[in-house]
Amino acid sequence: MLELRNLACVRGERRLFAGVSQAIPVGQLVRVRGDNGAGKTSLLRLVAGLSEPAMGQVLWQGSDSRQVREPFQRALVYLGHASGIKDELDAVENLRAACALAGEPVADGAAVDALSAMGLGGRLQLECKVLSAGQRRRVALARLLLTRKPLWLLDEPFNALDPQAVAQLAAAVGRHLEAGGICVYTTHQPVEIAADNAAELTLGARA
Amino acid sequence: MSAPLQAAAPGKVLAAQAGAGAGGMFLAMLRRDLLLVYRRRADAITVLVFFSIVVSLFPLGVGADPALLRPIGAGVVWVAALLASLLSLQRLFGADYADGTLEQILLSPQPLALTALAKVLAHWIATGIPLALMSPLLGMQFGLAADALWILTVSVLLGTPILSLVGAVGAALTLGLRGGNLLVALLILPLNIPVLILGAGAVDAAQSGLGAQAHLSLLAALLVATLMGSPFAVAAALRISLD
Repeated sequence: MLELRNLACVRGERRLFAGVSQAIPVGQLVRVRGDNGAGKTSLLRLVAGLSEPAMGQVLWQGSDSRQVREPFQRALVYLGHASGIKDELDAVENLRAACALAGEPVADGAAVDALSAMGLGGRLQLECKVLSAGQRRRVALARLLLTRKPLWLLDEPFNALDPQAVAQLAAAVGRHLEAGGICVYTTHQPVEIAADNAAELTLGARA
Repeated sequence: MSAPLQAAAPGKVLAAQAGAGAGGMFLAMLRRDLLLVYRRRADAITVLVFFSIVVSLFPLGVGADPALLRPIGAGVVWVAALLASLLSLQRLFGADYADGTLEQILLSPQPLALTALAKVLAHWIATGIPLALMSPLLGMQFGLAADALWILTVSVLLGTPILSLVGAVGAALTLGLRGGNLLVALLILPLNIPVLILGAGAVDAAQSGLGAQAHLSLLAALLVATLMGSPFAVAAALRISLD
């Protein structure tokens, strides 16, 4: 399980948030809410370990995630605003490179299956620079169908997706939660995700 | 007799898998970077064309007097190699930083220093080796003798990995800064002075009959020392740049 303990984030001179605490048990879906600039992305980056908190700690299975960096990163999928898709590689090459980097190498066949499931079946041989924003997003999200990592941190995963892809992604998140995973995500879109255990975390609550 | 063997086997298998994991990720990163260089080969070719033009400007500007050109030949090739290597540094992390791949690299369970080393190795294969292969051809314009050309090639081959390793630290530190390219040049060029002195000095020593072995040995020692330190410095710099 994941626990945020009294987290604070300072960017430049500005304090984005402070005193964020939340215990997130296995199987829980957490939606991070907040206005633009409230620090949703900063919070996810901080939980992922990409930036250092000004105060507080992130606990993974009871230990400080910075002390158990390797097992924590082995358990973690983080998908940010920039999806890490290379223009010069095709969808299969991109997906296989991303999985190998995450320590979960996949075979060509599995990558093709995942991309087809994301509705990219006819475009596997095309360099990603000719794909639309939504299609590139689907290439990045196909990783979620292949990974067996328990902790997902998704920053605006529904951006640029059409309703069909949104439904597919929501279903994938639902299956992940059922299998005992944790998902923390941000979105401004009204999306229904089937979850037995859902929570919200609101940043910068207006007085 | 067979029981302890069986007991030892799973541990061995696990260790072998862990080794294959890190090595596999290293190779996957290297392959991906080389594939990207191949798909974007115009970038790599630009660097080589720049190199050959800079070297060729000197005989045109100084005049075609062999007595004048021979002593400066190695130095000119080396300075041009230094500049060409600098020119290609922005590619090393720039694209990965812009498209978010670098975040994924930082979050990879493999040691960051090892990934950085894979990227530097790919950079050297794409720029350092071609530069070394071109140096004897370009050196001919300066009337260098065959053995001097040979020493020149070896010294560039030994020196360019140092340029890539040191340059990677500068490239990682200046990621995302405006005017980062110029800053890299200011940071890195002074650090590369020893490489320049040893590399060009090796050819001079060979020409004057002293033998280039001392220079080349020092260059190799410098390479080993940089190889030990640089990946860790790059890893630390990347973490700072992405915070």
